[in-house]
Amino acid sequence: MFPGALNSEYSHELKFVSSVESIQTYQVMDSNGSVLDPAHEPQVSKEEAKAMYRNMLTLNAMDQILYEAQRQGRISFYMTSFGEEALIGSAAALNPKDLVFGQYREAGVLLQRGFTLEQFMNQCFSNERDLGKGRQMPIHYGTKELCFQTISSPLATQIPQAAGAAYGMRRDGNKLCTICYFGEGAASEGDFHAGLNMAATLGCPVIFYCRNNGYAISTPSIEQYRGDGIASRGIGYGIDTIRVDGNDVWAIFAATKAARKIAVEQNKPVLIEAMTYRVSHHSTSDDSSAYRSKKEVEDWSKRDNPISRMRNWMENKGWWMKGEDAEITKSAKTRVLEAFAAAERLKKPAIHHLFDEVYAELPPELQREKADIEALARKYPDYYQVNEFARS
Amino acid sequence: MLRHCVLALTRGNMRRACPGVVSAGVRRYSTATDSSSSSNNNNSNNIEPIRGLPMGVSNSQLLHRTVAAVQRSSNLKTLGLSEHETQKMNMCQAINDAMRIVLATDETAVVFGEDVAFGGVFRCTVGLADEFGRERVFNTPLTEQGIAGFGIGLASMGQTAVAEIQFADYVFPAFDQIVNEAAKFRYRSGGEFNAGRLTIRTPCSAVGHGGHYHSQSPEAFFAHVPGLRVVMPRSPIQAKGLLLAAIRDQNPVVFFEPKILYRSAVEQVPVGDYTIPLSQAEILKPGDNVTVVGYGAQIYALENAIQMIERDFPGVSCELIDLQTILPYDAEAVARSVNKTGRLVVAHEAPRTQGFAAELAAEIQERCFLRLESPIERVCGLFVPHPLVFERFYMPCAVRTYEAIKRSLTF
Repeated sequence: MFPGALNSEYSHELKFVSSVESIQTYQVMDSNGSVLDPAHEPQVSKEEAKAMYRNMLTLNAMDQILYEAQRQGRISFYMTSFGEEALIGSAAALNPKDLVFGQYREAGVLLQRGFTLEQFMNQCFSNERDLGKGRQMPIHYGTKELCFQTISSPLATQIPQAAGAAYGMRRDGNKLCTICYFGEGAASEGDFHAGLNMAATLGCPVIFYCRNNGYAISTPSIEQYRGDGIASRGIGYGIDTIRVDGNDVWAIFAATKAARKIAVEQNKPVLIEAMTYRVSHHSTSDDSSAYRSKKEVEDWSKRDNPISRMRNWMENKGWWMKGEDAEITKSAKTRVLEAFAAAERLKKPAIHHLFDEVYAELPPELQREKADIEALARKYPDYYQVNEFARS
Repeated sequence: MLRHCVLALTRGNMRRACPGVVSAGVRRYSTATDSSSSSNNNNSNNIEPIRGLPMGVSNSQLLHRTVAAVQRSSNLKTLGLSEHETQKMNMCQAINDAMRIVLATDETAVVFGEDVAFGGVFRCTVGLADEFGRERVFNTPLTEQGIAGFGIGLASMGQTAVAEIQFADYVFPAFDQIVNEAAKFRYRSGGEFNAGRLTIRTPCSAVGHGGHYHSQSPEAFFAHVPGLRVVMPRSPIQAKGLLLAAIRDQNPVVFFEPKILYRSAVEQVPVGDYTIPLSQAEILKPGDNVTVVGYGAQIYALENAIQMIERDFPGVSCELIDLQTILPYDAEAVARSVNKTGRLVVAHEAPRTQGFAAELAAEIQERCFLRLESPIERVCGLFVPHPLVFERFYMPCAVRTYEAIKRSLTF
């Protein structure tokens, strides 16, 4: 047998293959939140489930307020997670020290990890408490403490990085893994191919989690790929793969838990393709009615809503009362608005943060530029609106 | 020699690796030590303007070939290296030695890239997989963007990642990861994360027969990126010390290794663990009348050009500076020298337009405008893809540099 395909048998049939059966989509709940197979009833405590649900509502409230804030010109940019709140299930299934590499629509993961509303706001307002020190656009969150790598705009770059970090975790031997989120559009990038292939050949404990929400800005999936979604590619790389209902919190939770076990115990990658629908516009720079009907969005929202399904499941278990939603949503809105107001009032980071951390230490050319700019800012403080920035 | 070449001819094999000798009108392709041309470098050079001057790396007086030379060297003394135990090493072996020291002293260190496990296409990683195991010295699939991204991920975990890109000509798929990710990792995260433990090493520059895709010197692309360090050594002692410094540097480093020097540059190299400072230029030869700046293999062409100038202009002395680190570079050292000499010639193999010499010229004219006695000369590769048969015209060889220094002196 050839070294390149050791298990291939000969055939006398001249036949081209382009696909096998479409990979099935794992589901735990139906659209009404009833568990389809009692054997797959989620094993979680009431507290855990309620906390997850509260986070889904908080995410929703925060998204609504910050989207509006951008529209009013109070922050420069925002991206919402409407329709994709079930993602929180994947974060709940992980160890808090598992390292997260995100793309840009994973605020739910951060929330589940414990990122505070204040921290979200500080980053979006680029104020002096932003962990990123005001250097990047809103939603480019990152926190070492919560093991969530800082978001960057280039798509799919995080994929081979996640493989490398996972290799490092394997060497550390602390039974942790990496999870890497990306969309079905980003999966067209070369870095997707590079990252998955390297993870597979080198044995990296990384969960590759594809949020297939049907759109990459205006490009629907039928224009993004011709094969059977992203899941079919995992098989091409020799990677254990599953497709799940991405609006089903418990399917996501169960799949991520199982994926983590494989990754950590066998030191190899796993691919999860979570099928969902992007109710949001791509971002505040996008009006999706330019390429899809409002009716399509409304229909999806009504037919398959991750928040409703979760709520129904909790009501079926007697863990949630009708009307508790309104209370939680109201209190979430209040907390968001408080954090918002506080963040908006704070000053921008001190100007020296413009020059720090380009390198580990300040090189001569940056020392000169810093001196020049500081002198210029002193000379024209009103032009540069220097008093918006914290003092050094 | 002639008979050997004729024999080779009759076997129809025109590409034997022997020093270029023109015999019976047939060119032999050389793995020439004279990086400035594929012409021969032996004593049949009684042609203008060389007139018998011994040329190239194999004749260079800049290499410390003997223990005595190491002990005599004031620069090595300043670095505290002149009394160390040494061993004869070529640049490839010196680089191998640096990696061996890193793997032996840093538990987290790993070396990876295409074909590194068996020793690498240039043998820089020979013996490392055997000594440290395949978990630490390993092959990757054929993907530069993957290698760079993987290295960034590892480095972000605080582990030492030494990545190899097989030829600098193939670094471009990794450009996004290097420029958009590695270089910005610390800054964009507000210092929460960084990719400082990443070093990307890659063979670069002309080799005599490399053509478009085995000869490039792409340092200028990277010299434009805030957050990166870019280094290019000229010799075995420098390569080992600079590589050790680069790997331990807290910034991501792109480390260019002039491949022509792997075997041809040989020195007595200190056997222990030592570093040479980054972002610090080195004055290889003091002089009063003109400052000549370069890096990498070009240093040997500059050495010869200076010898020809000092032979033809008695009383004139040229100051030769090796930049060593191209980003952030030691502008202060060059400015200090030009304030003394009043004249500057910069040379590099990379094409002239938008090459690194343009940056240096702009910076020095700003700092030394009133001191300059003549326009700053740039002697560089031509603005063409690195050609094969025309390489001798393309390269900023000793002769072209000699003419430029002359122009500067006689302006």
